[in-house]
Amino acid sequence: MGNLACAEGALAAGCQFYAGYPITPASEIMQHMSGRIFQEGGTFLQTEDEIAAMASVIGASWGGAKAMTATCGPGISLMQENIGLAVMTETPCVIVNVQRGGPSTGSTGLSSQGDLFQVKYGSQGDYPVIAIAPSSPQEMYEHTIWAFNKSEKYRTPVFVLSDRLVGHMSESVDFYLPEDINIENRKIREKYDGPGQEMFLSPEGVAPMPVFGRGLKAHVTGSSHYPDGSRNVADAELMDYIIKTLKNKIERSLKDISLTEKEYMEDAEIAVVSWGSTFRSCLSAVKDCRSMGLPAGSFRPVTVWPFPENEIREISEKVKTIIVCENNMGQLYHMVRSAALDKAKVVFLPPEKLGTLIKPARIVEKVREAL
Amino acid sequence: MSDFDHPLKKYFRNGINYKTCPGCGNGIISASILRAIDSSGKDFDSFAFVSGIGCSGWIPSPFYNTDVLHVTHGRAIAAATGLKLALPEINVMVIAGDGDTGAIGGNHLIHGARRNINITVITVNNRIYGMTGGQAAPTTPRFSPTSSSPFGTIERPFDLCRIVEAAGGTFVARWTTFHTRQLSATIRKALDHKGFSFIEVLSQCPVHYGKIEGMRGNAPAMMEQLRDNTYVWKPDTVKNDKIPVGIFVHEMGIPEMTSEIERLRIKAGYHE
Repeated sequence: MGNLACAEGALAAGCQFYAGYPITPASEIMQHMSGRIFQEGGTFLQTEDEIAAMASVIGASWGGAKAMTATCGPGISLMQENIGLAVMTETPCVIVNVQRGGPSTGSTGLSSQGDLFQVKYGSQGDYPVIAIAPSSPQEMYEHTIWAFNKSEKYRTPVFVLSDRLVGHMSESVDFYLPEDINIENRKIREKYDGPGQEMFLSPEGVAPMPVFGRGLKAHVTGSSHYPDGSRNVADAELMDYIIKTLKNKIERSLKDISLTEKEYMEDAEIAVVSWGSTFRSCLSAVKDCRSMGLPAGSFRPVTVWPFPENEIREISEKVKTIIVCENNMGQLYHMVRSAALDKAKVVFLPPEKLGTLIKPARIVEKVREAL
Repeated sequence: MSDFDHPLKKYFRNGINYKTCPGCGNGIISASILRAIDSSGKDFDSFAFVSGIGCSGWIPSPFYNTDVLHVTHGRAIAAATGLKLALPEINVMVIAGDGDTGAIGGNHLIHGARRNINITVITVNNRIYGMTGGQAAPTTPRFSPTSSSPFGTIERPFDLCRIVEAAGGTFVARWTTFHTRQLSATIRKALDHKGFSFIEVLSQCPVHYGKIEGMRGNAPAMMEQLRDNTYVWKPDTVKNDKIPVGIFVHEMGIPEMTSEIERLRIKAGYHE
């Protein structure tokens, strides 16, 4: 099951702290962790709500533990204030969102991709996030390891943006031997250098983290702060510096962070763009198109945030039409449309019924129409 | 005089430079906390402070010269829980307000108590929202006119100590800014308590709460009122017209969460 693969991926990455609240369709991650993490010497905490889950993940991360939580949209809604805190305080952590159908309590038994914007824009203010969208149980395992690595490297929250289809999907998964897994650990400040030491907001790179309990005298605040952690909540120059520095931390490392996959794109006239579970149908449809002689290609943002704007722009200069498939009312679609700058026609294609996996035949039909 | 420093100055990041309103109780509470730590002989580096949003959050943040985590409104106990679980060997103290622990973070307060996790929570209860301009709090006495209740509050105030006691807190106490020595001695006891310790400190806000009582800007009068309206509680002395202060619960031997986690690791077969 995808959710179990996710939990094992987290443990393989060195996760030592899991906090969460039960919620369908993510609960299997929590249930698996509730036993397994103790075997690895870690800590499991079932919190009173998702707000506490995210807050305690932040606390544990400052205590030096690789920390995570898992939930779906309603839980993300409750976590948003502290997701913003994690971004602002440059706290490494992993948040898994096994999307279900919304809005509100919605359809617990259905899948959707309705939270793409929620994970990017849900907390207040301007901030970057990293989000990777698995399309299979194998990727639930691999992407969770990847998410921990990037969160540690860039001192930032990283989302694994899955959905019920992938989370509850059963496929065989290959787990790797520890020696075959690349593990990144956060850089930790080596010693206390007196007042004024850089703990945050490095103008270049990532400031080594002043993890607690080591005499580093960290001051961590969600208020606007200078690189030494001291607070100033009414200085425009500082606020400008913070927002731009947090953004640049991610953007200058796009080569390391942004992952995309292209299939049959060299001579494609129609590009089918999809992410997460929907990618499965799209790749299948593109292969069907090719067997019928239709010049379709597949482009998949594996990491949906940061959005691969430049690659979409390049594609839009080569193809006639871009078909964006996703299990929602059009979210990545808006990103693609604005990146394509009217160079190619961009059309949106949801499944016939929201909440279900789109059928490849529906995509093939749309490709035919577009040609 | 320059050869002599305040004995607590060494605990401050950049000297003692609180910028609170005149007469605020924060300074008295801060001194009581630091005196307790000073007398404990524990290394200040072995402490981590977690605070929330509001005037009380600025007691440790950024002033205390050790690890300080200043989080979102109401979430200090939840963040402290994660921190303590990841680093059981450090002393974790939460300093929060009555809004933090009685309103927006009430859920985390009761669950912290239920878990009996070994952290110390100090709630500064000034019975008002000070930082945002004197709105009614869940601790504001009934019928008080505040900036969000011009006709007086209609809700009854919380008794935070009774809530924590009912939720399973194993160390529960209340003092006021008038009772500094008792407060310090109680914090000292709480530092040695293995479990969730909760200390409510009734404090004066001469700017916002003072005007309700007709004592605007008059901190000494407000502290005298705290003295006169309270009595030192003993199991056999209950005065219904006054607020009890003292140590209400000090229960030892109840399983503490970080030790329980250790037990689970052993049960799961983990060996270091």
